[in-house]
Amino acid sequence: MSKPSSSPQKVTSRRAFLQGSGLLLGFTMLGAGIRPGFAAAEPVEGDVIAAFSPDAFIRVDSDGKITFILPNIEMGQGTHTGEATLIAEELEVGLDQVTVVDAPPNEKLYTTALLGGQATGGSTSMRATWEPLRKAGAAARTMLVSAAAAQWSVPVSECSAKLGVVTHQPTGRQLAYGALADAAGKQPVPSDVKLKDPKDFQLIGKSLRRVDTAGKVNGAVVYGIDVRVPDMKVATVAACPVIGGKLGAVDETAARAVPGVRDIVRLDNAVAVIGDHFWVAKKGLEALTITWDEGANAKLSSADIMNTLKAASKNKTPIMARQEGDVAGALKAAVKTVEASYELPFLAHAPMEPINCVVHVRADECEIWLGTQVPTQAQGWAAQVTGFPLDKVIVHNHLIGGGFGRRLVAEYVGQAAAIAKQVSYPVKVIWTREEDIQHDLYRPTYYDRLSAGLGADGLPTVWIDHVAGGSVLGNYIPGGWPQDKLDDDAVDGAAKPPYDLPVIQVDWVREDPPMPITWWRGVGPTHNVFVVESFMDELAHAAGKDPVEYRRALTKNQPRAAGVLELAAEKSGWGSPLPAGSGRGISLHNAFGSFMAAVLEISVSPAGEITLQRAVVAVDCGIAINPNTVEAQIEGGLIFGLSAALYSGITFSNGRVEQSNFHDYRILRINEAPKIEVYHVKSLESPGGIGETATVSAGPALANAIFAATGKRLRSLPIDRNQLKSDGADKTSVSMMPPLAAPLLAVLANGKERPETGVETEAETL
Amino acid sequence: MIALNVNGEDRSVDVPDDMPLLWVLRDVIGLTGTKFGCGIAQCGACTVQLDGQPVRSCVLPVASVGSRHVTTVEAIGTTQSGKKVQQAWLDLEVIQCGYCQSGQIMSASALLERNPDPSDSDIDAAMSGNICRCGTYARIRAAIKQAAKA
Repeated sequence: MSKPSSSPQKVTSRRAFLQGSGLLLGFTMLGAGIRPGFAAAEPVEGDVIAAFSPDAFIRVDSDGKITFILPNIEMGQGTHTGEATLIAEELEVGLDQVTVVDAPPNEKLYTTALLGGQATGGSTSMRATWEPLRKAGAAARTMLVSAAAAQWSVPVSECSAKLGVVTHQPTGRQLAYGALADAAGKQPVPSDVKLKDPKDFQLIGKSLRRVDTAGKVNGAVVYGIDVRVPDMKVATVAACPVIGGKLGAVDETAARAVPGVRDIVRLDNAVAVIGDHFWVAKKGLEALTITWDEGANAKLSSADIMNTLKAASKNKTPIMARQEGDVAGALKAAVKTVEASYELPFLAHAPMEPINCVVHVRADECEIWLGTQVPTQAQGWAAQVTGFPLDKVIVHNHLIGGGFGRRLVAEYVGQAAAIAKQVSYPVKVIWTREEDIQHDLYRPTYYDRLSAGLGADGLPTVWIDHVAGGSVLGNYIPGGWPQDKLDDDAVDGAAKPPYDLPVIQVDWVREDPPMPITWWRGVGPTHNVFVVESFMDELAHAAGKDPVEYRRALTKNQPRAAGVLELAAEKSGWGSPLPAGSGRGISLHNAFGSFMAAVLEISVSPAGEITLQRAVVAVDCGIAINPNTVEAQIEGGLIFGLSAALYSGITFSNGRVEQSNFHDYRILRINEAPKIEVYHVKSLESPGGIGETATVSAGPALANAIFAATGKRLRSLPIDRNQLKSDGADKTSVSMMPPLAAPLLAVLANGKERPETGVETEAETL
Repeated sequence: MIALNVNGEDRSVDVPDDMPLLWVLRDVIGLTGTKFGCGIAQCGACTVQLDGQPVRSCVLPVASVGSRHVTTVEAIGTTQSGKKVQQAWLDLEVIQCGYCQSGQIMSASALLERNPDPSDSDIDAAMSGNICRCGTYARIRAAIKQAAKA
């Protein structure tokens, strides 16, 4: 296949790419099976090869170096460690014996079947790779062991592998994988392999050290934003502040006068300044006088969007997602009916690493460096903008400084390529945080109306959920999503709640907002479970029942849901007394193939300030491949969801986003974070997703805790503290500035004092 | 030309006086471990130490550094508290995406330098200027306490 080498080599000219459409990412979240064994026997363009390259994932060199090429990108969720564990378990090596690299863009080899594309998202990575990567490891081990047996002329059954060494048991002879690499490459790839019984797992189920973090404590890791290539310049960009607007006139005079400014590049809807470094580019951008052609959305406001959505919810014919039983009859027969409507805001992703991309457009090819959840989509954008074929767009993917769905879209690669193709040198485009917040693709706003009929026992005899909002999937499908077809994401978390609800109707009215929208951590369930679990709490209280007792009565035929419910209730001390002004809220769901119950304990001050005291989470995610990572994702996911529920919302006025940076798009801080305890329900089910499950749990647990603490039911997010205050003061602008670290220096060169936060002085110039 | 001492090394950089130290480190000197997050001292990703004190380098004009020694995450492991913090960060698996962690480690090691046994409220005061979007706060708190005992 290839000559042995001391380290894996990039294949530079093998057979042509077999690419799907680089711009298509067809999420098929529901009902999609896991495609077995998405490995190919032969390396292709952009692949890494070595003496032993049995499939798309495993490379063993003659010197013993073992490399795993992992299909999913690491953005903090622990996927590199998890996927490496799956291979290593069956290959019989330790994680400390392997190097992991990201897969090159290649839809044929590295498509995540659950997503229908080479993408990392929707908490699908471990679910999608659970079988294929273990099979890849087992097949490779079989070939290595067979090669050793052949060399010794002994039966394969007398040989076994452990920690990268094959041993002939009767004689104790040993050969390391590196020494077997050439011979193993000549063995046939087994068509069927037997996977280990879970009781024999050596690595799966243990909290192994993460493989990606050593370089994250000393600045060694290179994220996309850290890439430096020879002769590179740095650009920053301003897109039209009004959604859909275009660039009008630009007066460049003052910007050109800034020393170090090299070029000013105009795009259809944006202008970029390129300089020797970011600071110069930013100074140059601020010095431009720009006139925008604001277009049709110049007067658009959040109220307009919500009013349109509410009207659509009431007047448009919905698309049915689920209808079971005699809904009208059950409503008529109900002892009591309950109705409520809920409003959810637009949300920005705000990953800590601002949007960035390095692009070098040469005469006959284009090279890009970035961190992306969708490498083939990034490649497709650059190809489309530059006009080069896909195989002339070289993509270098990097570890990601936060994705959360933002890097499931690669539109900024198109922008960066459009800038770079106007100059001869490589350009690193970095968005300011303001640009990142104001030109994100947002989690859409929703307006949902729920109603239920209760029987004599207080339990729901009928459950109706009318969802209204945009189609996120529609933003990914070329040509859009058909108007009359259900977007499963819109009702994910609503259509199949983990309750015994024999009479149920869930439908969706589609009303796309005027701006592009996308997935946000927790996708459909983050929106729908807030509504479902808030309403479930409302029904419990309407029936005069305890919220846990009420859910218990509705999960008699839902053993996994009941299991986490009981565990969370027990560990949280549910029902035990709390001081006045405090309360506990619960949420329960089954998103991403996992089951989770969360109990949040809070207190609310007379001023309406919420303190998050303690969170107790019970999870049944099937086999926990790395329990420590599961816990880390639950802790972090919960914080992410609480942060959004407490503070986050993108609003529009005169077509412009009103928030701009972390002072007004506030993120939860360490002094506000609750204590978090995570408990596992032991399970031998296949792994469920975990990266987003606790984000889903957070909002409803908070809203239900607020009700328990104050008796006030908040049906819209983010939480409006004005509704919680009992001291009469206006909380509209309360503590937007969190406390900052005390002894920080803030002295300018000329000796003038300057506030360490810099927010007042800096924000004015942005 | 502006004279700087970065990680024990004397340097001279030809940049505007008002250029924030962050961009001098990243784009001129090439030390990219210090991160850009917000540009207005709200997130702490850019935290470095000046003579052991944590500062937000994204709003700190380079000309204001003067003779004070700049320490970045690339060299924090050479200090006793920095080394303990790094080890605790790894031992407790604090890190997820890692992008904010340079700043977290710089703030945490500065805290331990001046307060070898910080309370929860000491940790809140020292660390609340550092945002972590992955939500690793509980582990950051635990790792600071572990480093303090190491």
